[in-house]
Amino acid sequence: MFSQIIFILLLIASVFLFSKNVRRISRNIKLGRDLDRSDKSAQRWKTMFMVAMGQSKMVARPIAGILHIFVYIGFVIINIEVLEIIIDGITGTHRVFSFLGPLYDFLIGSFEILALLVLVACVIFLIRRNILKLKRFWSKEMTSWPRTDANLILITEILLMSAFLTMDAADQILQSRDFSHFTQAGAFPVSSLMTGFLSSVSSEGLFMIERLCWWFHIIGILAFLNYVPYSKHFHIFLAFPNTYYSNLKEKGSFTNMASVTREVKLMLDPSAVPPAESAAAPERFGAKDVFDLNWKQLMDAYSCTECGRCTSVCPANQTGKVLSPRKIMMDTRDRLEEAGKAIDKNGADFRDDKSLLSYISEEELWACTSCNACTEACPVNIDPLSIIMDMRRYLVMEESKVPAELGGMFNKIENNGAPWQFAQADRFNWAKDNS
Amino acid sequence: MEFKIETMADYAARGEKPEVLFWVGCAGSFDERAQKITRAVAKILHHAGVHFAVLGTEESCTGDPAKRAGNEFLFQMQAMTNIQVLNGYEVTRIVTACPHCFNTLKNEYPELGGNYNVFHHSELLQSLINEGRLQVKGGSYAGKKITFHDPCYLGRGNSVYEAPREVIEKLDAALSEMKRSRAKGFCCGAGGAQMFKEPEQGSKDVNIERTEEALALKPDVIAVGCPFCMTMMTDGVKHFNKEAEVKVMDIAELIAAANDL
Repeated sequence: MFSQIIFILLLIASVFLFSKNVRRISRNIKLGRDLDRSDKSAQRWKTMFMVAMGQSKMVARPIAGILHIFVYIGFVIINIEVLEIIIDGITGTHRVFSFLGPLYDFLIGSFEILALLVLVACVIFLIRRNILKLKRFWSKEMTSWPRTDANLILITEILLMSAFLTMDAADQILQSRDFSHFTQAGAFPVSSLMTGFLSSVSSEGLFMIERLCWWFHIIGILAFLNYVPYSKHFHIFLAFPNTYYSNLKEKGSFTNMASVTREVKLMLDPSAVPPAESAAAPERFGAKDVFDLNWKQLMDAYSCTECGRCTSVCPANQTGKVLSPRKIMMDTRDRLEEAGKAIDKNGADFRDDKSLLSYISEEELWACTSCNACTEACPVNIDPLSIIMDMRRYLVMEESKVPAELGGMFNKIENNGAPWQFAQADRFNWAKDNS
Repeated sequence: MEFKIETMADYAARGEKPEVLFWVGCAGSFDERAQKITRAVAKILHHAGVHFAVLGTEESCTGDPAKRAGNEFLFQMQAMTNIQVLNGYEVTRIVTACPHCFNTLKNEYPELGGNYNVFHHSELLQSLINEGRLQVKGGSYAGKKITFHDPCYLGRGNSVYEAPREVIEKLDAALSEMKRSRAKGFCCGAGGAQMFKEPEQGSKDVNIERTEEALALKPDVIAVGCPFCMTMMTDGVKHFNKEAEVKVMDIAELIAAANDL
């Protein structure tokens, strides 16, 4: 009874804390500008099924892709087991689903195999990060915290899976000894291999081990649940909405700023009447801060799990420039968290004196070739390029800060309709030559 | 040129409309190397009996480099001015040899009032071949090793990967792919208005990295489909002093040369 109360209190506390964190993140995402992505729901569902559930872009890199699928399926399926653990915890039962008989054996058997696969995958991931030191996990923006975050996640998952398997190992010996309420239930294809070193332990000792692992497993899961909102690992939730709300247009198609269209129309047609809404405070052109980005760009930032596939294919980054698309996303998230905290402290309208430009330098922004390699590589359809473009727009249209050669290029287009210094009248001269 | 390149104004004066407008673009109009691509496209269209026209001196920059460099005002000024001209001539089909013009006309003009069927020249060549209007003689390129460098705004930008390859394959050449091709293609370094500025400090120039990759295949020809890629890859080949062995050619130039146009 006492343990049931402890369990229920822990469960309530962790669900409460988690939902609080989810509300915080959701509030932060809504600090972004409006964007209508309510169209084409059939195509959006399809994208989500393919990219998030089907992991279609993960397998572009087969080793990481397949290992990740193990962890992903393990995460989703083993949650059925968590449901049993929660019911057992609340009601004080043991293996409440065991009445399912052969189906239960099948389920527990599959969980064990998946648990082993998850464990092996996480060990390989740790080796790739810390021993093989794959380049994309050690680039500049992968400072101490992002690397620690990744390792903590992997180690936690290894510990959780180990506890789960050890629990099953102890449980099945107790079952074979007909100990207390341990009735015959479940199939144990993996943990049966671990019974050897436990078989000499007394039944009371095994019971202790079983309970210890059970509590460690569930407390670990609840703690992990509340770690995730502070970690890059939040992608396990946001991958789904983030792919649903993907940009469905051709990648080459950049947004036309409606605010600019209004002004250009007025310039080209002086008789046009400015719309009434222009009385409101004009929106800033482009993005100086996270508030100037749209909510999808902010959701992108929380969906990024810092895998670095974008950066590893970025032509600017791969030739030694400071630009890294992953850093753009990490900076956006860090700045959004900072701005969100300032709002929590000082009220909804509060704006501190920092901006996203305090995190992202002009040199980074101007190094982009807009080639879309980053958006193509991202396994959850994050779009760093749109943020780079919106920040360029701010620099050019609000601050007139532009590399001198590009300023010259603008002048040439304005004056002679081409980005080079040629007379408009000479535009057709190519037809005179016969070479 | 051996034949008269007609303008939209010429057609309009006769009360006629061409089958397609050939949007030449700034590079195609002014850059000496790209002018050769423009002439190759014109020759092929003429040879295939396509009634086409250009805007001539009525054409102006699409605004692409301004837009990618963040100057949305200038882009939309250019776009709306061009749309006035295009709609004035009631243009419905456009072909261009520049993926940047192609992308902008196709994807960014509709919202501003310019709705046209826009094709990259590789797509038009492919359909002319498929319709039997253009026969390709493989002769001079038979057995030659050709690698195709995907332009970002054609490939990833607009998912056109096969048209240029199918055109090249008509030459009976050996198409050899770089590891980073199609959706994984590696930029030449010129997009996003980089063409018009010096690159940021780095360990290497993007076009050198890309040319190195292409040269590793020991090709006879590096085929491109974009005037900016042409500049970048040509500079890259010169950097490695390989211009005697390796030619950088646009797919239109390959077809024109194979057909002795």
